[in-house]
Amino acid sequence: MSEAREFKYIGQSTIRPDGFDKVTGRANYGADLSLPGMIWGKILRSPHAHAIIKRLDTSRAEAFPGVLAVATHSDFPSVTDQAIESGEGSLTLLDLARNVLAKDKVLYHGHAIVAIAAKTSAIAEQALALIDIEYEVLKPVMDVREAMAAGAPILHPDMFTQGLAEKPTTASNVATRLEYKMGDIEAGFKDADVVVEREFYTPTAHQGYIEPHACTVRFEKDGQSMIWCSTQGHFDVRASTAKLLAMDLGKLKVIASEIGGGFGGKTTVYLEPVALILSRKSGRPVKMIMDRDEVFKATGPGSATRSWVKIGARKDGTITAMQGRLAYEAGAFKGSPVMMGCMTAFTPYAVSNMYIEGFDVVVNKAKVAAYRAPGAPQAEFAVEMLVNELAVKLDRDPIDLRLQNAAQEGTQTIYGPKFKRVGLVECLEAARDSKHYQQALAANQGRGVAAGFWFNVGGQSSVHINMNPDGTGTIVEGSPDIGGSRASMQMMAAEAMGIEPGRLKPIIGDTENVAFSAGTGGSRTTFATGMAVIEAAEDVVAQMKQRAASMWNVTAEQVEWVDGVALNTAGEDRLSLAEICAGADRTGGQISGRGNINARGAGPSFAVHLCDVEVDKDTGKVDVVRYTAVQDAGKAIHPKYVEGQYQGGAVQGIGWALNEEYIYSADGLLENAGFLDYRIPVASDLPMIDAIIVEVPNNFHPYGVRGVGESGIIPPLAAVGYAVENAIGVPVTDLPLSPPRVFNLIQGKG
Amino acid sequence: MAKLHITTSINGEATEFLCEPHETLLDVLRNDLQMTGTKEGCGSGDCGACSVTVDGRLTCACLVLGVEAAGREIGTIEGIGSSDKLSVIQEKFLEHAALQCGICTPGLVVSTQALLEQNPNPTEAEARYFLAGNLCRCTGYDKIIRAVLDAAATMRGAA
Amino acid sequence: MAVVDYNAPQSVQEAVALLSGSDIKTKVMAGGTDLIIQSKSQAVEPLRVVDLKHIAEMMSYSLDDGGLSLGPCMCCAEFTALHDVEMLYPGLVEAAYLIGSTQVQGRASIGGNLCNSSPAADTIPALIAIGAKCLIVGAGGERTVAVEDFVTGVGRNCMQPGELLQRILVARPAPGSRDAYLRFIPRTEMDIAVAGAGVSVTLDSQGVCTAARIAIGAVAQTALLVASAADALVGTKLDEASVAKAAAVASAAASPITDRRGTIEFRRHIVGVLVKRATLIAKERAQASL
Repeated sequence: MSEAREFKYIGQSTIRPDGFDKVTGRANYGADLSLPGMIWGKILRSPHAHAIIKRLDTSRAEAFPGVLAVATHSDFPSVTDQAIESGEGSLTLLDLARNVLAKDKVLYHGHAIVAIAAKTSAIAEQALALIDIEYEVLKPVMDVREAMAAGAPILHPDMFTQGLAEKPTTASNVATRLEYKMGDIEAGFKDADVVVEREFYTPTAHQGYIEPHACTVRFEKDGQSMIWCSTQGHFDVRASTAKLLAMDLGKLKVIASEIGGGFGGKTTVYLEPVALILSRKSGRPVKMIMDRDEVFKATGPGSATRSWVKIGARKDGTITAMQGRLAYEAGAFKGSPVMMGCMTAFTPYAVSNMYIEGFDVVVNKAKVAAYRAPGAPQAEFAVEMLVNELAVKLDRDPIDLRLQNAAQEGTQTIYGPKFKRVGLVECLEAARDSKHYQQALAANQGRGVAAGFWFNVGGQSSVHINMNPDGTGTIVEGSPDIGGSRASMQMMAAEAMGIEPGRLKPIIGDTENVAFSAGTGGSRTTFATGMAVIEAAEDVVAQMKQRAASMWNVTAEQVEWVDGVALNTAGEDRLSLAEICAGADRTGGQISGRGNINARGAGPSFAVHLCDVEVDKDTGKVDVVRYTAVQDAGKAIHPKYVEGQYQGGAVQGIGWALNEEYIYSADGLLENAGFLDYRIPVASDLPMIDAIIVEVPNNFHPYGVRGVGESGIIPPLAAVGYAVENAIGVPVTDLPLSPPRVFNLIQGKG
Repeated sequence: MAKLHITTSINGEATEFLCEPHETLLDVLRNDLQMTGTKEGCGSGDCGACSVTVDGRLTCACLVLGVEAAGREIGTIEGIGSSDKLSVIQEKFLEHAALQCGICTPGLVVSTQALLEQNPNPTEAEARYFLAGNLCRCTGYDKIIRAVLDAAATMRGAA
Repeated sequence: MAVVDYNAPQSVQEAVALLSGSDIKTKVMAGGTDLIIQSKSQAVEPLRVVDLKHIAEMMSYSLDDGGLSLGPCMCCAEFTALHDVEMLYPGLVEAAYLIGSTQVQGRASIGGNLCNSSPAADTIPALIAIGAKCLIVGAGGERTVAVEDFVTGVGRNCMQPGELLQRILVARPAPGSRDAYLRFIPRTEMDIAVAGAGVSVTLDSQGVCTAARIAIGAVAQTALLVASAADALVGTKLDEASVAKAAAVASAAASPITDRRGTIEFRRHIVGVLVKRATLIAKERAQASL
């Protein structure tokens, strides 16, 4: 459908339409809205990792001058449990309610308990200190081994492991067990000449978006309410909040502000329902902003994991068996992305015999939320480290070994479908042929190769395009723009309509003025919202042709549309889009096109990364000296923003591999809840990141688009991890590779 | 608590405000003066999103008390570029796609301007180290550094 | 503490008067990069702030045959741009340059870094290595204290209520005498030191070390002047064996803790590596200055 197609506008790196606002500070983010009469909300958070709330008395705080409202879990109407849509996360309503404001028990350091609204945030903070609260402190469980051990303290007495052959009778911290399989795993290993197996560990890591969660809300006396918030999915915010507070969807308007980073972490609610309760009780608009400290303590990071993987291959390099067991931390409530870890771990490989088991485990840490390709980076770290180890054992080049076993069109996946056309082979070849791969390594340097797979999703998107009498138009879409997707929407509409992109202005509508759109996540936006944009643009073109036909007294079939101009094939007439718009009042009124879809056919995006590191053997310090990120975009609508996704994902992965981790005390208290000691990469830590765009079109999208937002964070953990292993000659199993850990490996202290 | 009356100059314009002693310059800019271009990412000087200049020196507004603005010249993102034209730095950021979510961008533009005033011909390493106090989570810094070096070259060429 | 009262005295006497006999907790402020963060984190106790940046002598410096006389509140960005100072005290300048980001450099000061008295402060080992002294003034008069005696514990120093640090004094280094400072952090910037080492060596015209001072930081409650480590260098040509010995002695003198920035074993090891590397840099600089 879109092979070797010439595009007029697609594929250029235009200046994004919201760029002026972003570089001047004019763009309005979650904390930037103030309303007349607005008051400030602040939250009291648990100082303990695991405790029963024995006594709670807010009367002194309520009486403090300047305090106008107090909220606790008892302010939620009683709800029956149900699943909640929240991007790529998974949550139930009861769990969400208990996470947003604790009921009876606190389950992690920082767990929200009471909210106070007051005339200033300083008064609200002072009033928090007047809340009388008594805890019975319980022993916390802080990792999967502890949580799964016999006799472990149980977080939820009503949690019985799902997915076991026999229904258990005792409560557990294991919420779910699942498995995927294909072929005959035992036969597969019998067939192998070489087997590698190892256990791996990845730490709790946070998405690290620079903008803290923030909202300004207003609950009116007639029940009409408004939420302005920083979110990846304002329709999901509406749905969750309405369910929590038993409100009609039609009474709650949610406006998505500009968003200062999300990466999956802003696909759920924390402040919004609480602020709305405070607004209802005080009769005033309420602003709530998280401190940086609160963001780390009380929002959802990505799961810490323990994985065991085993791979078998014949001498000739054919992989015959892949097996794994993954245990993922869900945090305080069930719902880690272990299922997606199971589904993606072995998927870059065409191997007939696969078996993988997954455990979703609760621990006394913040409830995890989606983090960019949730579940995949952790599992792929283990697999790719072992594939590299296998390559060494077989004396094969690591890219070559992967090419021999690469998933391709027709490969059966462990989770069900057979692949349509995919670009892993092309990515591997591009990596192999890259300048980077030809570079020799210097002393104390090592190289790692790794691949990654993400399904990408489709889902619901709605768009309408409203034309103006002067031939300009507005594209109204419903996907909050995290990374510059507005520019791509503008170009896709322009391409479909045959007019200059600058004539179309893309805006993101709120929940009242654009139809339902699923959140920005799952690498879906350019794909699915893009498809809706194209559908709406084609609808506009169809109507334009109708209008021209009626003006010329011919049928619509006799009108051709070329480069924004209607041509009468039965005569010489031509009318530009602008001319048709100018006369639209006389042909039936101004034209508006729409696209409402539930997109199917999202094309997976494979990624292959190369990393060279240099290790200071006296200190264990690791420097990334060279990095290349190769990924299949299907068709890059805006190449620079596609590169940006590759580079951003790579650097998050580098941080996860080298220095990022949540550090807890023996009592389960988070010790590094700030950017000082939660160490994300800074500019001086990195070289340039070479981004290579491979284009193997996805035939289900009119322009061949594959989502690209997520796959880029998957390979770096093993690319960096194995580069270090290669440099120091010692197996790497645990992340992050901070200097003390690397130094200990070099010293042989493991 | 009684508020203090402070007279200062922001982006060359004489400005007055009332604030409590504990308010930072960041609180004053965002809440008292509604100048929300300067962003808060951490409140502790670790992220650079609130970068401003005080008497020409680059600093974090969250690490300056509002009262300290008295008699000083404060420079914020709102003062960069004019009402009808972007500065070269801002143009280069857009050209190079050196922003994705844009929350770190105002701080980076202010910091880049301070860098190039001090060092019109920085090497890649000098630019990276100078800007190490500006965290970005979206871009991986690659396109930011390209934009900075290109802006430097353009400004040298135009000088 | 929440700031409830702000004062900007124009003279040292005025500042001392504000510090003496205050009814609420009172602290001086230089750059404020530590104080403002601390005041936010325990926002209950009221705090009176005495901003010293309007006092000319707190912000200025002089450099002559007697040495360096430094106003403690000069911001690091300004201090590290002083070429004449850098020529004589490159280690102190590089230590000052390492404090935080460019933004923090625009406010933070050596005096503030010293008086905040964190075990991991970067300038303290560097100041100790060059034998710097603190000129302290209060209602009772003036006194001079060596930097190694100034800091008394974690976040604590020898100043009494009502006293402030007025000047930092460093003797002019002779030809053949230079310093160096290194710290170790997990990233390339933006981290608090896991360990730090300040070293000053004096060489004679034959390249023999006639004097040395070694100070280690972030590996004990305070920065430590390790005389026995320096002794291992004196009389030698700073050859590999002597430097290694000095590093080992320094390592042994450390009493680090395990926290979110490093373990005991790792810090002990790293400080030895830093002492070795800093000694070699100081040696090169000392040779070049002959």
